[in-house]
Amino acid sequence: MTLLVQNLTVARGGVPVLTGVTLRLDAGKALILRGPNGAGKTTLLRTIAGLQPPLRGTIDGAEDRVAYGAHADGLKAMLSVSENLRFWARVYGEHDITAALAAYALEPLRDRLAGTLSAGQKRRAGLARLMVTQRPVWLLDEPTVSLDTDAVAMFAGAVDAHLAGGGSAILATHIDLGLQAETLDLTPYRAAPDARHGASDEAFL
Amino acid sequence: MIALLLRDLRLALRAGGGFGLGLAFFLILTVLVPFSVGPQSTLLGTIAPGILWLGALLACLLSLDRLLALDFEDGSLDVLATAPIPLEGALAVKGLAHWITTGLPLVVAAPALGVLLNLPGAGYGWLVVSLLLGTPALSMIGVFGAALTVGIKRGGLLLSLLVLPLYVPTLIFGAEAARRGAAGLDPATPLLMLTGLSLGCIALLPFAASAALRMNLR
Repeated sequence: MTLLVQNLTVARGGVPVLTGVTLRLDAGKALILRGPNGAGKTTLLRTIAGLQPPLRGTIDGAEDRVAYGAHADGLKAMLSVSENLRFWARVYGEHDITAALAAYALEPLRDRLAGTLSAGQKRRAGLARLMVTQRPVWLLDEPTVSLDTDAVAMFAGAVDAHLAGGGSAILATHIDLGLQAETLDLTPYRAAPDARHGASDEAFL
Repeated sequence: MIALLLRDLRLALRAGGGFGLGLAFFLILTVLVPFSVGPQSTLLGTIAPGILWLGALLACLLSLDRLLALDFEDGSLDVLATAPIPLEGALAVKGLAHWITTGLPLVVAAPALGVLLNLPGAGYGWLVVSLLLGTPALSMIGVFGAALTVGIKRGGLLLSLLVLPLYVPTLIFGAEAARRGAAGLDPATPLLMLTGLSLGCIALLPFAASAALRMNLR
């Protein structure tokens, strides 16, 4: 099934950051978002994930099909790696976490508390969470932050396997992962700075 | 849903989870009251139901700011909001977990603390019943307040200011039921009102909390 985004305008804090974004993501394909800091990559991903409504435009094929990987990993410091992953697996109705542990070499760390992991190890556990969701569309926001070269290769391998299995992914990243992927530069879609369409409700706070 | 309940209970029981914090606060508060009011046992017996209810309410309030703030900070709330379980259900389960770790221990401990305040013998049963029926409302109102203030840095004080007025009806009917029970009167009417309040909160507030949370996650 295809994810279709048409003429999307997204806002952050009531101010439009991107207008007229149109993209299409077929099964088995990946799309890499590029753009300078503040271009609206995170806002676009959060909108596609359904965490915030778009100001205008439509998103088709995202409902209950996306797994969102944000800057934060969604790990509980006082639970072990396997407890964290098993929890998310059960929330998404899946029970087997061995494949996810193996893909990111987390087997030796499975009984360590997530709070005692290094930043890169936490990131790996956070990325392993996407695998246990069994969702076809991955939305990844800067997935390689604090990963070393080996871990980046593990991640690229996991994305490749996901695409080969008929999944798809949108990644906002600045580094080259060596994936067969289209690139979408968000700079042309930047909203005019004075275009204050979305009246902010945050003036009251 | 059950996975979420088990996770929240497990987190509450691990180090730093805050289990027992409310209970210890409740204990200290009831121990302090005789020091401040004086040792006249008749006076203490008169005010005991009200003090115990107020203590339970404040102990409940103490743990509310951790209810959603921790999940917000580590990104779990974003993932929960996009997960296949409905956000309303997830918040109701979080309220249930809060009640099991905070409200239920208070209910169990209240009779023991009633002894410290010289609660009349007839009042123990009704105190437990009123707390058992009233504390679920406290937890669910707390979830709503936490959803309103999630994402605000150091929102704990604001949360207390928002939630305390909403606790007033529960406190009035709960303390009145316990007082009438202790005085040997029929506590049925305040207990019915209290039960109605709790059931109303459980039925409606998950939806309100979910709407508030979706606004805050934007």
